[in-house]
Amino acid sequence: MRLSTAIGRRQFIKASAELAGALVLGFYLPGNAEAGSSASVAEKFKPNAWLVIAPDDQITVFAEKPELGQGSRTYIPMMIAEELEADWSKIRVEQAPTIPSIYNGLRTGGSGGVVNSFDPMRRAGAQAREMLRTAAAEVWSVNRSDCHAHNGSVVHVPTQRRLTYGELAGTAAKLPPLGLDHVALKPVQDFQIIGTSVPRTDTPSKVDGSAKFGLDVRLPGMLYAVIARCPYFGGSLQAFDASAAKQIPGVKAIFGVPPLPRKFNTAGGIAIVADSSWRAIQARKQLKIRWNKGTRSETSEVLRQSLERATRGNASYVAVDRGNALDVLAKATTKLEATYESPFQAHATMEPMNTTVHVREEQIEVWSPTQFADEVQREIAHLSGLAADQVIVHMTLSGGSFGRRYQWDYAAEAWQVAKQVKAPVQLLWTREDDMQHDFYRPYNFQHLSAALDPEGKPVAWSTRVVTTPIAETNVYTGYDESPHALNDPAIVASLESYGADVAPYDISNFRLDYAPVMSPVPRSWWRSVSSSYTPFAKESFVDELAHFVGRDPLQFRLDLLASTSPDAARVRNVLHVAAEAAGWGQALPSRRGRGIASLAGDSCNAQVVEVSVDDDGTVHVLRVTSAVDCGLTINPDGVRAMTEGGINFALTAVLTGQITIKNSRVEQSNFHDYPVLRINESPEINVHIVRSSESPSGVGELGAKLVPPAVANAIFAATGVRIRRLPIEAALLRKVQS
Amino acid sequence: MANFKLVVNGKSCEVDVVSDTPLLWVLRDALGLTGTKYGCGLGLCGACTVHLDGQAVRSCQTPVSSIRAQQITTIEGLGKGGLHPVQKAWVAEQVPQCGYCQSGQIMQAVSLLRDKPHPTLDEINVGMAGNICRCGTYQRIRRAILRAAAEQTE
Repeated sequence: MRLSTAIGRRQFIKASAELAGALVLGFYLPGNAEAGSSASVAEKFKPNAWLVIAPDDQITVFAEKPELGQGSRTYIPMMIAEELEADWSKIRVEQAPTIPSIYNGLRTGGSGGVVNSFDPMRRAGAQAREMLRTAAAEVWSVNRSDCHAHNGSVVHVPTQRRLTYGELAGTAAKLPPLGLDHVALKPVQDFQIIGTSVPRTDTPSKVDGSAKFGLDVRLPGMLYAVIARCPYFGGSLQAFDASAAKQIPGVKAIFGVPPLPRKFNTAGGIAIVADSSWRAIQARKQLKIRWNKGTRSETSEVLRQSLERATRGNASYVAVDRGNALDVLAKATTKLEATYESPFQAHATMEPMNTTVHVREEQIEVWSPTQFADEVQREIAHLSGLAADQVIVHMTLSGGSFGRRYQWDYAAEAWQVAKQVKAPVQLLWTREDDMQHDFYRPYNFQHLSAALDPEGKPVAWSTRVVTTPIAETNVYTGYDESPHALNDPAIVASLESYGADVAPYDISNFRLDYAPVMSPVPRSWWRSVSSSYTPFAKESFVDELAHFVGRDPLQFRLDLLASTSPDAARVRNVLHVAAEAAGWGQALPSRRGRGIASLAGDSCNAQVVEVSVDDDGTVHVLRVTSAVDCGLTINPDGVRAMTEGGINFALTAVLTGQITIKNSRVEQSNFHDYPVLRINESPEINVHIVRSSESPSGVGELGAKLVPPAVANAIFAATGVRIRRLPIEAALLRKVQS
Repeated sequence: MANFKLVVNGKSCEVDVVSDTPLLWVLRDALGLTGTKYGCGLGLCGACTVHLDGQAVRSCQTPVSSIRAQQITTIEGLGKGGLHPVQKAWVAEQVPQCGYCQSGQIMQAVSLLRDKPHPTLDEINVGMAGNICRCGTYQRIRRAILRAAAEQTE
């Protein structure tokens, strides 16, 4: 199930990365690249945009991808160091700066970081290696083919003479550049760094408090701000009285901030600028504000009914229609149907949204925990009327993202505040701001039907996906600059229903269609996007079918995957690995159960979840066994960490988390009413990475996708109760007294 | 506004802030010690955990005026010239992902190990339940605490 038809993020980002990889050489690196070294610029070797080798052997890698916790500052230098034959201990990593003529991939999304870096980063390393070999051959006046690169040096094999990369830097810098497209890459079997669990480069700074996140930016003379935002989606500011707030010492300014249009989707409100975060927060409480509630009243219950109705109405688009599913279903004698529901979810990153901006004449400097720095740069340039190169964006570490920081609303707001103040200003979102002004995972319903032949094999399947589409409240800048794409039902349907196709299950008649339900509640990407809900319906329904015909859910899946397609083989493989490791089929005590689920994609995954259910309906997820086929593995421990994280992230949405709307505003405000998974509820997780000859594929989202169906299937095994609505309602699972 | 004398990471300092200011914002905004994090402002997430005389407290719920002569320790002062054994265990188990909550996790874990040098898994789960990690590093946190406990014994 590859994203071949949709205009996917992956393809777009891939194209950008390839462009970046084909850069011409000999550019000027920014000043901060030179920090921390006494060597003059001339003695350094800068073969390309991605690395600099200094005479003291230090290698600085410029990582375009933001570090959100996913390990980009480790896997990017690993790829470069592998081809460069570098001494790993000499490598340090810096965030690449926003210079659009050099770097145009200062973003990550769609689990694309590894995929999009693999080729260009290796080429960057290989180019440097080949030029260093040439430099050594020149210095020694020997045959280049006798000069081998190894562990940070070039060795002349016949004489065993040796020069370090630092010693060769000056000579290499004078060589004509070598084309990136023509350098030879190492064969996979020669990899020595890629494929090993290199410890993360950012760990030391993250255990001693020295790591700098967006909120940790501190500048001379800086001020702190919060915004009182309109809490009603579609509402607006009517009037406000700041007289009491102005009395608070340390308050520097209070002014209105207009809402920005859909491309930003900011609520607008009143900014309070003060000399400390606390005083800004306190002063905000003293504001007296009247809001217009807007014309579109929204409530979760009403929205829920609309979504449910739309599972039966007309589709806006038929995304897949293989065979003749509707006819076969209409004539079927044995048929099963079910409807699944998943609500709005918040990202709730541990570091709430924030950005620091300093507006000067003819220049704006921005420090933002973003996963999309080049868009922040473009948008603030557009808003301010400056050229892009007059806007400098420092991409700080991000305290989690999970898709939230693909939006630039909070950076634009910070600019709105800073342009009124002659000082750097840090805009802080409190937890309440963050919870109530997120871009939420779409609310969705899915209705599935299947017809079974007399042997119990599904012969026809139809899926209707209904969501509040992301496109309504979000511009797909990452997909297509054209506004027409937003109104293209094919694009909307493919993005909102991605993951719902039953392939590679061998079901000859399959139809997937989509219907939107509009809502003023902002929505966006949320770790694994539509795959956070489509597998819930699909893999729960497969389980329902298996139990309906009295088959083992694992064997039922394997039978449906009997085809010779490569995808089917990969999924069979991960199913076998996960099932065996989890002890599938072994007896369990009462009110305990195992559930299984699987998916195909660029990365394939199978998960077995074991749960116990208390008499009062409380569900405990005891252990999760995950088998991952992510192609060639760059860093096994990194893959395990991402998988563990994805599983725990998704468990919040399964067990406790949901955002509900009443009177057009979010009802939840902090971790007491949006409870997230805590350590005492977190399962034991075992990740098994299978050997694969495929090219590397992403894992940032993978772990999250199968948790909903695997838990629901395990609960069915434990209790006989089928969960079709998330988060799980304990009341459904209370032990029925006989 | 009032002057408060504090002892932070073994150093005396004076800050001029309003008396209801939580210690969190004194550390971050007045003293520039940004290793202690804001997460929720209600004592629900543990990201702001620091030590008062070795005991873990939520600095977002600790008004500066409530602090008497206690020693305040933040993540920056935990190691005293090198990494604390718990920080070393965090590195060994490669715990952090985004890392934002980890200062608070480590401060809580050090306090837990002071009270219970050999905690069981259940005791770890109870002792650490007030600290949220959205990246989901919980399994590695458990392992790191067990490792630190084992290495303290050796």
